[in-house]
Amino acid sequence: MAPPFQNIPGRPRALRLSGPNTPEKFMTSQYENKSGLFRIALLALFLVLALAAKADAAPANALEKLKNNDISEREAAVEMLVNDPSPVAAEVLKALMDGDLYVLKKENQLVIAKKDGKDYAVSDPLEGRELGSVKKRDLRKVGSNNAMRGMIRAVLGKLDLASPDPAARRAAAGEMISHLDQMDSAFLNERLNAEDDALVREKLEAALAVKTLSEGAGKEARAAVKTLAGNLNPEVRRALTKLKDETQNPGLKAAITKVLGNIQSKVEFFSFLETLFFGLSMGSVLVLAAIGLAITFGVMGVINMAHGELIMLGAYATYVIQQQMPGHIGLSLFVAIPAAFLVSGLTGILIERLIIRFLYGRPLETLLATFGVSLVLQQAVRSIFSPLNRSVATPEWMSGSLAVNPVFSLTWNRMYIIVFCVLVFAALFAVLSKTRLGLEVRAVSQNRAMARAMGTRAALVDALTFGLGAGIAGVAGVALSQLTNVGPNLGQAYIIDSFMVVVFGGVGNLWGTMVAGLSLGVINKVLEPVSGAVLAKILVLVFIILFIQKRPTGLFPQKGRAVEG
Amino acid sequence: MQERERIFNRPSLQFLGLLGVVSAAVTAANLGLPEGSMLHVSTYAVTLLGKYLTFALLAVAVDLVWGYLGILSLGHGAFFALGGYAMGMYLMRQIGDRGVYGDPVLPDFMVFLNWKALPWFWFGFDHFSYALIMILLIPALLAFIFGWFAFSSRVTGVYLSIVTQALTYALMLAFFRNEMGFGGNNGLTDFKDLLGFNLHTDGMRISLFLASAAALAGGYLLCRVIVCSKLGRVCVAIRDAEDRARFIGYKVERVKVFVFTVSAILAGVAGALYVPQVGIINPGEFSPLNSIELVVWVAIGGRGTLLGAIIGALLVNYGKTYFTAALPEVWLFALGALFVLVTMFLPRGVAGLLKRKEAAS
Repeated sequence: MAPPFQNIPGRPRALRLSGPNTPEKFMTSQYENKSGLFRIALLALFLVLALAAKADAAPANALEKLKNNDISEREAAVEMLVNDPSPVAAEVLKALMDGDLYVLKKENQLVIAKKDGKDYAVSDPLEGRELGSVKKRDLRKVGSNNAMRGMIRAVLGKLDLASPDPAARRAAAGEMISHLDQMDSAFLNERLNAEDDALVREKLEAALAVKTLSEGAGKEARAAVKTLAGNLNPEVRRALTKLKDETQNPGLKAAITKVLGNIQSKVEFFSFLETLFFGLSMGSVLVLAAIGLAITFGVMGVINMAHGELIMLGAYATYVIQQQMPGHIGLSLFVAIPAAFLVSGLTGILIERLIIRFLYGRPLETLLATFGVSLVLQQAVRSIFSPLNRSVATPEWMSGSLAVNPVFSLTWNRMYIIVFCVLVFAALFAVLSKTRLGLEVRAVSQNRAMARAMGTRAALVDALTFGLGAGIAGVAGVALSQLTNVGPNLGQAYIIDSFMVVVFGGVGNLWGTMVAGLSLGVINKVLEPVSGAVLAKILVLVFIILFIQKRPTGLFPQKGRAVEG
Repeated sequence: MQERERIFNRPSLQFLGLLGVVSAAVTAANLGLPEGSMLHVSTYAVTLLGKYLTFALLAVAVDLVWGYLGILSLGHGAFFALGGYAMGMYLMRQIGDRGVYGDPVLPDFMVFLNWKALPWFWFGFDHFSYALIMILLIPALLAFIFGWFAFSSRVTGVYLSIVTQALTYALMLAFFRNEMGFGGNNGLTDFKDLLGFNLHTDGMRISLFLASAAALAGGYLLCRVIVCSKLGRVCVAIRDAEDRARFIGYKVERVKVFVFTVSAILAGVAGALYVPQVGIINPGEFSPLNSIELVVWVAIGGRGTLLGAIIGALLVNYGKTYFTAALPEVWLFALGALFVLVTMFLPRGVAGLLKRKEAAS
């Protein structure tokens, strides 16, 4: 945002005329020895000028007061400056707000100082002229308190509202409603007439309506209430509720009640949307964690208890890549995705070749053996990276949130998780349904003997399938590294949930996994406000246990290689 | 038709004899010999042995359902922990007003949570006989209800394993909550005495050790009785060909529910004996990891042999005690490798190995 009041061309120097000796100059220079009448006229002019000078002198006095050590004096100074329309006042206030306002100790002069390397570049706010650079010890900071900052914020907001930059105006309009008592209707009206940005206009109209409501209860108030219908700003709601309690006018009261009801249902709708969004993002995490398992368990019938540790390996791969690329946090994530896929995928192929291929058709044995593998992987990570959690940085574009309206905002990291989950799912689906490998995977899982008879190298397909499932787990690890701590126990936290999702969705069915994961996430988030997070999780587990009793083959049963033990 | 196996076959007699001799010897060596003596067994070791014996009983319980009925339960730790909690509640009530806050009725953690009265499910636990009934009843009830639903809807194989795992996981999360009234994260601890006797004396330790040995012997015999009866043969039939057993006319579900419940009771007893010896019970006992680990004891010892389960539990736990002290880094590697190697190369476990040797000689 460009500072709106620093680059105004032709800055008037009215303040320079002020000062005690200015009138004498008039008296003693070219106006000597004139007629009496002229003198009277001059005197009148002098009076006017003096009055003007007096008005202009306010900032100078205020600036003098700002140097004072007494905080109440400084507060008074800020109060004076706030009511001063001159750009200098604005500049000083902004400097005070940003903590850039200092006093030169020796000269006792108020300056704006900006850090420049080791030293401070100082300038005189009155003259606007650079005074060179000084050492830190030559400066004394002018402190501010909350009350002062509140006043400054309000007046700066006003200035921003008049800024030529639409982005600045939008930002100022968003904050305006919280310090409405510092604004007057005339100013708002004036701005509204001058404004051409629709967003800012909307906010100005709402602010004006609240202002009207707080001032009177006549016809204007009725119109104002109408303007505010559907406005979600909490300040607006508070003003309306307050007026509803105060007003004696039954018609107005009814109108406000209606508008408030309208707002309330809108708020409820958005809070429902928010729950849905949280649920979907939690569900996406579940789907990401479970989808690799849907392949190893669902398609191949291998109970891979090391699945969680393959996720963990992906998360550690992200950590290592980030360590190798300091300063490129965002880029390192994109590098980490294929890297994690390779690390986990190759580990998976190794596990398959060394252990699992001897245990096909005995799912309970694969369970025990892979559990052993999971212990080894955990301890390996503990030995290499220490048992402490490692922190993986989050790129800037993933933090923060997109505010749709005052009661509904979407956090970026959750949005990205949902998008990422969909992308991974789509990629996996494409691999399984469009590529040669996918065809062979399906063939082997549906009828191994026939597939071999047709010339498919079943053993190779087994290894690649397992590697694919493991690699997807690694990619899930990249996503999880952005959400939770990366530690040796990362995988354990997700293994049971993953199995629940796969079993709930129906073994051997990718769509089932997707639907199951998302719906479990939403169910969890819907229950959470009522029951608390832990109880919600327990309830979901109990629900799944009961569900499996009812339909042991899950939501979408599909025929595949038998997983009966 | 094969002749019915005798309950007291030679290995059983050998095992029971050995258990009796070792118990007697340990007791004598702990109480009879002076502390400096070469053969003296420290109280610490006695407690450790007692703990192993409760684990062995737990392994026998798992072997009964896994080895003979083909049900791989990944939730037996839950029954163990429930038995433990029932015992822990009795021990908590025994503390009386000697807690940190000195409340005559409420355990410390309830005072800490600012609770005013004892929750209803804590009533009666000041009587040992009531606690004893609960130790048997609560795991049995859970196993019965759970088994009834699961087996009559024919949840089998991997699905059953995963559901049992979910069960113990859900219980763990539940017991972690302070609102549950079981001490939350910290569980129940700081026990003082049992039946009025101080828990920390040598005599009490030896008594608990002997009780564990007796429970193991009793549990083993009970399982032998089941295994050698007609019921045991039906179990094996169900394990090997469930549908055929059903079509012949056996009530598969009833057999499963019965044996599963008996197994849960044994696990509960093991938990109840475990708690006073280690002095604490917390929700960590419910963790799915524990349940899987105890399945591995059975796998290593050799399932479907009962004795193998005992051997496996003793071996693995001794290894755990040794390695976690001597080479903590190595323990998980070793345990993990053990899982893999045993499932791949020793499908019948150590007991299978011994049997093969016997057959060869």
